[in-house]
Amino acid sequence: MAGEYAKPLPRITPVEAPFWEAAKKHELRVQRCLDCGNIWYPPSEGCSKCLSSRYEWWKLSGKGKIWSWVVFHQRYFPSFAEEIPYNVISVQLAEGPLMTGNIVGIKNQDIRCDLPVEAVFEDVTPEITLIKFKPAI
Amino acid sequence: MSLKDFRDKVAIVGVGNTSYGELYRTHDPLRTPYSLGLEAFKNALDDSGLKKEDIDGVLVSRIPSYVKMCTMLGIKNPRYTLILPGEGRMSGVGLQQAAMGVYSGMADVVACIYGNNGRTGGATYGAEPERFDSYNSPYGMTSPGASFALMWQRYMHEFNASEETLGILAVAQRRHASMNPDAVMRKPLTMEAYLKSRYICYPLRLLDYCLINDGSVCFIITTAERARDLKKSPVYLMGTAQVGQHAAYYHTLTFNYDAMKIAADQVYRMAGVGPQDIDCAQIYDNFLPNVLFSLEGFGFCPKGEGGGWIQGGRIELGGELPVNTSGGHCSESYMQGWAIHAEAVRQLRGECGLRQVKDCEVVQYICSSPLSTTHILRR
Repeated sequence: MAGEYAKPLPRITPVEAPFWEAAKKHELRVQRCLDCGNIWYPPSEGCSKCLSSRYEWWKLSGKGKIWSWVVFHQRYFPSFAEEIPYNVISVQLAEGPLMTGNIVGIKNQDIRCDLPVEAVFEDVTPEITLIKFKPAI
Repeated sequence: MSLKDFRDKVAIVGVGNTSYGELYRTHDPLRTPYSLGLEAFKNALDDSGLKKEDIDGVLVSRIPSYVKMCTMLGIKNPRYTLILPGEGRMSGVGLQQAAMGVYSGMADVVACIYGNNGRTGGATYGAEPERFDSYNSPYGMTSPGASFALMWQRYMHEFNASEETLGILAVAQRRHASMNPDAVMRKPLTMEAYLKSRYICYPLRLLDYCLINDGSVCFIITTAERARDLKKSPVYLMGTAQVGQHAAYYHTLTFNYDAMKIAADQVYRMAGVGPQDIDCAQIYDNFLPNVLFSLEGFGFCPKGEGGGWIQGGRIELGGELPVNTSGGHCSESYMQGWAIHAEAVRQLRGECGLRQVKDCEVVQYICSSPLSTTHILRR
């Protein structure tokens, strides 16, 4: 790809840094409570089930199902203009949490709810890897 | 003290607004939220018969500074002041807060003022830098509309609904707006034209989205006792409820049904009425699927059956439950719930002319959102 990556990039806070470091290693890791085993995403400071602040970064399978999907026709981000119409999917991960992403390797008109998917890792800049999805085989 | 003690103790005694259609055509940069708020306040005061000096409480939303607003209105020493964020979910919250304010005696008469110059100010509800989110924006995901598109896609997958389902709502609300002189969009809409409107975020179309327009609304709240001697018949707050639906995203797996169920139980218990007693409903239609979710969430029809239930004119004027009789957010004006509160009051007073619901005695307001609110109002 020519030129600099122009799309929005995550703004990484200290709390969230381990998620993005794992992504860079092509791993999907989310927080798992050391006291009750609850897992959650997006990253936050504590466990909503037992209020513990003790957690580890737990590696997920990267598998899930499309809870729902949309196709953007409106230009909100100028950097996405050339990709319109582009898809956004909301994946229910096998381990529970809901994760926003894009699906690659499928035409927009073939996307369906409940389609099994798996994570793919896209190194968009030397520092940032985004987690997207492809249809699971 | 129980919630039932609160029933019928507070009344709306004045409503005022701008002409939304006129503002839409003029696009005047001098009409700031303050300028707009002033006009609605003046109109609401005239409507109530009260004098400015009678107002001892002020609540504002989407108006950046209550200090500036109060200064401009010459309300120097209010005993009650509150500012709420310019989010639509706050309109129902505003009425609740003002009602609690006068019920407790913290104020006698509260003016709730909302001013929105979203169109002139260039609001997009998606591209604003403050909406940035590390777990959505990098994928091109933004805007509350896209969250509703996700929920609607899932709804269509789980239940029997089609593109035409939302078209029924769009056509019905436009018909109502055609009878509303203040509405922005008054030209009748056909299903054919609806189905030709462009997608914003598939599966939602332009006509499934609320308008972006300028305007303002004010309502004036006081105790039932004080309300008796005023110019117009009071509109009483019979029941009210607010339930959060807090989650990582604006879209939720349940389409907010769980919060709505709790809110429904409270509001109907407090008011002592049920869905069958409601003469018309003013439902927060930021995006048209929300009307369907709300009808189901508040028990007007079973979950998943809204698409069939709304057919055959049931939700139109003359039908069993006219919904959004002013045209709502998609055809009248996007005043984030405030204008449809005013419509509820006017329906109960019998002031709605061509779009008047016959023998209108009980009206319900519903807003499903991360803070779901509802009220039941009576004349």
